[in-house]
Amino acid sequence: MADYLYLIPLFPLIGFLINGLLLGKLSRSMVNLVACASVAASFVVSLLLFFDLKSLPPDSRVIEQVLFTWIPSGTLHVNFGFLLDPLSAVMILVVTGVGFLIHVYSTGYMKHDPGFGRYFAYLNLFTFSMLTLVLANNYLLMFVGWEGVGLCSYLLIGFWFEKKSASDAGKKAFIVNRIGDFGFLIGMFLIFWHVGSLDFRVVMEQAPIVFIAGSGLVTAICLLLFVGATGKSAQIPLYVWLPDAMEGPTPVSALIHAATMVTAGVYMIARTNILYMMAPDALMVVAIIGAATALFAATIGLAQNDIKRVLAYSTVSQLGYMFLACGVASFTAGIFHLMTHAFFKALLFLGAGSVIHAMSEQQDMRYMGGLKKYLPITYITFLLATLAISGIPGFSGFFSKDEILWKSFSSANGHPILWAIGFVTAGLTAFYMFRLVYMTFHGKERMDDETRKHIHESPYSMTVPLMVLGVLSVIGGWIGIPHIFGATNYFEHWLEPVMAAGKHFAPVHTAAAESGGASTEWMLMILTVVFVLAAIFIAYLFYNKRTELATAWRQRLTGVHNLLLNKYYVDEIYGAIIVRPVINLSLFLWKVVDVVFIDGFINGFATMYDGSSEFMSKMQTGRVRSYATLFVIGVVILIAYMVME
Amino acid sequence: MSSMDITFPAFDLRFMAPEIFLFLWALFVFAYDVTSKRKSSTAAGYLAMLGLMIAGAILAYTNYGQGYGSMFLFEPAAKFFKIIFLGSAFMAIGSSFGITKERIINHRGEFFGLILLSTVGMMFLSSSNELLSLYIGLELTTIPLFVLASFFKDNKLSVEAGIKYFIVGAFSSALLVYGMSFLYGLSGTTDLVQMKINIAMTHLTFKEIGVILVLANVLIIAGLGFKLSLPPFHQWAPDVYEGSPTPIAAFLSVGSKAAGLIAFAKIFVNGLYAFNGPEMAPNDWGILVGILACAAMILGNTVAIRQTNIKRMLAYSSIAQVGYIMIGMVTMNDLGIASVGFYIFAYMFANMGAFAIVAIFEERTGSCEIQSYAGLSHTSPVLATTFAVFLLSLAGIPPLAGFFAKFFVFASAIKMAQADATAGWLYWIVGVGLLTAVFSLYYYANIIKVMFFSKEASPYRVHYTFPSFGIVLIGIAGVIIFGLYPEPILKFASDISLSFGFLP
Repeated sequence: MADYLYLIPLFPLIGFLINGLLLGKLSRSMVNLVACASVAASFVVSLLLFFDLKSLPPDSRVIEQVLFTWIPSGTLHVNFGFLLDPLSAVMILVVTGVGFLIHVYSTGYMKHDPGFGRYFAYLNLFTFSMLTLVLANNYLLMFVGWEGVGLCSYLLIGFWFEKKSASDAGKKAFIVNRIGDFGFLIGMFLIFWHVGSLDFRVVMEQAPIVFIAGSGLVTAICLLLFVGATGKSAQIPLYVWLPDAMEGPTPVSALIHAATMVTAGVYMIARTNILYMMAPDALMVVAIIGAATALFAATIGLAQNDIKRVLAYSTVSQLGYMFLACGVASFTAGIFHLMTHAFFKALLFLGAGSVIHAMSEQQDMRYMGGLKKYLPITYITFLLATLAISGIPGFSGFFSKDEILWKSFSSANGHPILWAIGFVTAGLTAFYMFRLVYMTFHGKERMDDETRKHIHESPYSMTVPLMVLGVLSVIGGWIGIPHIFGATNYFEHWLEPVMAAGKHFAPVHTAAAESGGASTEWMLMILTVVFVLAAIFIAYLFYNKRTELATAWRQRLTGVHNLLLNKYYVDEIYGAIIVRPVINLSLFLWKVVDVVFIDGFINGFATMYDGSSEFMSKMQTGRVRSYATLFVIGVVILIAYMVME
Repeated sequence: MSSMDITFPAFDLRFMAPEIFLFLWALFVFAYDVTSKRKSSTAAGYLAMLGLMIAGAILAYTNYGQGYGSMFLFEPAAKFFKIIFLGSAFMAIGSSFGITKERIINHRGEFFGLILLSTVGMMFLSSSNELLSLYIGLELTTIPLFVLASFFKDNKLSVEAGIKYFIVGAFSSALLVYGMSFLYGLSGTTDLVQMKINIAMTHLTFKEIGVILVLANVLIIAGLGFKLSLPPFHQWAPDVYEGSPTPIAAFLSVGSKAAGLIAFAKIFVNGLYAFNGPEMAPNDWGILVGILACAAMILGNTVAIRQTNIKRMLAYSSIAQVGYIMIGMVTMNDLGIASVGFYIFAYMFANMGAFAIVAIFEERTGSCEIQSYAGLSHTSPVLATTFAVFLLSLAGIPPLAGFFAKFFVFASAIKMAQADATAGWLYWIVGVGLLTAVFSLYYYANIIKVMFFSKEASPYRVHYTFPSFGIVLIGIAGVIIFGLYPEPILKFASDISLSFGFLP
C-alpha cells in the first residue's frame, strides 16, 4: 500500500489536467464529476494509508516513497519524494476530507457561474499543491507546494477578475506572501548551508549534531521560517491580505483561507519542531506574535458588519491560537486546533456562503436578520459551528482551545500573560460569533422585500456537506479529551513519534505545573467557560434582547468603534510607510535609472555598433585589386607583429 | 629472383577506396551527362547524390591505416572530416535541383560532377600527411570551385564571383606555396611529423631561424586564411557568395572551410605544435591566430548587420563562425580539437539548411534581398519556422546544436586557460566571443523579425520541392537531435584529438 502514496497528490493533478486542458469542452456535470471524484479518490487512498500507518508500531510509523532524484547538482541533492508520518497523515485527511466536502458544496454554489470549468481546475490544482506541501519529504518540494498553493490562492481570490477589488485582493495576497516566502527561502538556504541537506529526516537527525541549542544560528533559521509562516498563515505583521481575500468565491474562502492553506505555516513549524525546540527565543517570538494576533484580530472582528469579514478576522485570530500553541512548545495542541478549526471554520464559511447565496449576494449583516426560519439547516449547522468555535464544553473547539490555554499557562515555555491573552480572546470570540448569529439569523428582518422573496434554503449539494461538517464540528474534538477527564488523549499519542526528538530540548517542567496541575487545570477551565457564557449573554442582550443597548454603547465608544471598524488603520499605515515609498522608488528607477541611463547606454551602444558596421563595410570596395592589397598589407602586418614579439 | 620480391604499392589503395570511387563516379557523371540528351532530367544530380552515399558507405567500411609510406593517412580525424565533406556536398547538390533547372540547361552534369571532384580533393587533403599532397589536395578542392562559382555564365555577378575567387585564390595559393617552401628549406622534408623533429633540430643547431619560421608561418596562415576567410584575407567571401549559385556558396562556406580547417590543423597543430610552448618558441602562432579569430568574430558579426542581401549576410556570418572555430583550434588541447570537430558538424547542418532555404526562396522569387522575406510566415509557415531554427542555431541558442558548439569551444578555452598560466589570453578571446555572440543575435533575429512580425503577408507562397526540402529536413533533424543529444558526435569528435597526439 505504501507504494501508492504518490496517488494521493496524483489524482487531483489528473483532475486539474482534465478540467484544465478540456476547458470549455466538458459539460457542467462532467466537470463536477471529475473534480469531486479526483479528490474523493485521494481521500480514499489517504484513509487506506492512514490505517496502514496505524497498524505499524508507533515508533516506526513512517512511510517514505522517493520517486526520483529531482536535483542532482553538486552538493545539492534533492529527491522528489513523499513522506507519510502521523503528522502528514492528519494533514492529508483534513485536506482531502474537508476538501472533498467543499468540492461537493461548490458544485451547488457555482452552479450558475459561467467560469465553473476554470474554477474546478484551479480547485483541483490547489488540492494537488496542498497535498504536495504536506506530503513533501524535503523543504524544497514543500516550497514547491507552498508556492503552488499561493498561486492557486491568487488565482481563486481574483477568480472574478472583472471586479477590480477582486483582482487587487489577489495581487495583495500574492505580494504579501512573497515577503514571507523570502524569509522562508533564506531560512531554507541556511539549513542547507549548515546541514548539507534539505531532507526532513536528515535535517531532523542532524540538527542536534550540527546546531547548538539556543545559538543565534538556529534562532535565526527558526525566525526566518516563521517569517514565511506569518505570510502564509496571516499573522502580524503580514495578516493584511487575508481579510481582502474574501473577494474570492465563498467555498474558496472555506477551503483555502480557513481550513487548509493558511494552516500551512502551523504545519511547517510543527514539521520543524526540533529546530524550534532548540531555539527557545524563537519559540517565545512565535508565542507572542500568535497571542497578539489572536487578540488583535478578535477585537477587529467585534465591529465588522460584513459576514465574511467577521469570519476572516476570526480565522486570523484562531490561527493566532495555533501559533500560540506552537510557541509554548505544544505543537500537538496547535495541530489539534488546526484540525478542529478546519471543521468548524469551513462549516462557518460554507454556512455564510449559503446565507449569501440565499440573500442574493448580500454580505452586510445589517441587512439580514431573522433568517432562522428561512434557512433551518444552515441555521442549525451554523449554530453548531458557532458553539464549537466559542468553546462550549463537549464541542470540538472546546477541547482544542482548552488544551492551548492550559499549555500556555502550564508549559515551561508558557506564561500567565499568554494565558490571559488567550482567555480574553476566547471571550471576544464568543461575543463576535454570537453577534454574527443574532444579527444574521435572529431578530427583525431588515432586508428589502425583493430580496426576501428570493430567500430559499440551499440545495442538497450544499446542505449535505454542511451537515457532515456539523457532525464533525461536534465530535471532532473527542479524540483529544484532556487527561483530567479520565480519558485518553488519542491525538497526543498519535503525534508523539513526530514530536519525540524535540522533547529532549524541552526545559525541565516547573514544579508548579507538574504538581497541583489537575486542580489548577479544572479551575482555569471553569473560569474560561464561565467567561465565554457571560460573553454570549452580553451578545444576546446587545444584539437580540435589547438592541438599543448596542447602539448606546456604540455611541459612547465612538472613537474605539471607529478604530475597530477601520481595522486600526493598518492598511493605511502600510500604505503610507511602505507602499508609497516603494512606488516612488520604482518611479525613480523607471523614469530616471532605466529610461535615461540604461536605455541610453544600450541605445548609444547600438548606435555605435551600427556606425562601426557601416565604417567596416566601406572597406568592402568590390575591387579585386584592393582585396589583394589588403592581403599583402595583412601579411606584412602579421610578420611585423610576429617579429616584434 | 622472382617478381614476388617487388612490393606492390597498389596494396595501399584500399585506404583511399572512397576517394577512388568518388573520382570514378565523378567521371561517370560527366560521361552520363555527355551521352544522355543533356536536357533531359535531374538524373545527373540524383546520380551524384547516390555516388556520395555509396562513398559514405565505403568510408564506413574502410579500416584505419596508412599507405605510401606515411603520405596517406586514414585515421579518425580524416574520417570525421570526410563525413563533413560528403555531407556538405550531399546537401549542396540536394538543394541545387530547383535553382539549376531554369538556369543551367545544357551541362547540368558538369555542375554536379565538379562538386564531386572538389569533394574528392577535400578528402585527399584530409588524409594527406605531408606538404605536397596536402597542397595538391587543396588545389583539387579549389579549382573546380572556381568553375562552379561562375557557373551561371549569363549572369554578370556569377562570372564576376568566379573571376574574383580565382584571382584571390591564385594569389593566396602562391603565398601558401611560398610558405611551404620555407618550411621545406628549414626541415629538408615535406613529411609533417618528420618536419617537426627536423625544425627542432635546426632550431637547436642554428638558434637564428626565428624570422624564417615566422615568414613561413605567416605565409601559410595567409594562404589558408583565404580558404577560411579569416580577416584580413576574407574580402572575397561576400562578393563570391553573393554572385555564385547559392548551393555553391553553401558548399564554399562549409565544405571548403572544413578543408581549410583540417589543412590548418595538420600543418600547425600537428607540424608546428612544438613551437607553441614558450621554452622552445621562436614564435607563437597561437596568439596570432587568436587575434585573427577575434578580428573575424568582431568584423563578421558587425558588418553582417548592415547587409541587405541574405547571401552576403550569411557570408559575414560564416566569417564570424570561423572565428569561433579558431578559438578551439588555438586552445591546443584535446577538448579544443574535439570542439572544432563538433562545431563544424553542427555548423554544417545549420548553415547548409539555411542556404537550402535561401535557394528554395530564390528559386521561387528570384530574390535574395532580406526585405523580400517579409511576412513569409503568413504564407509559408513551415519554411519560415525552419529558417528561424537554423538562424537560432547559428546564433547559438539552446537547445539547438549551435549552442553546444559554442559552449564546447568556450569551455575548452576556459579550461585551458585555467590549466596553463601562459594561456591567459584565451580568456580575452572567449570574452570577445561571448560579446560578439550577443551582437550576432541582432542580425539573425532581424530576419526572424522580418519573416514573422511583418504585418502584411508575403506575396510569395513557396513550393516545397522534393530534394531541396528534404535537405532542409535533414538540417532540422541534425540541429535538433544533436542539440538535445550531443554525446555521440562529441565522442566521435574527441577521437580526432588522438590523431593530433592529444590524449583525452
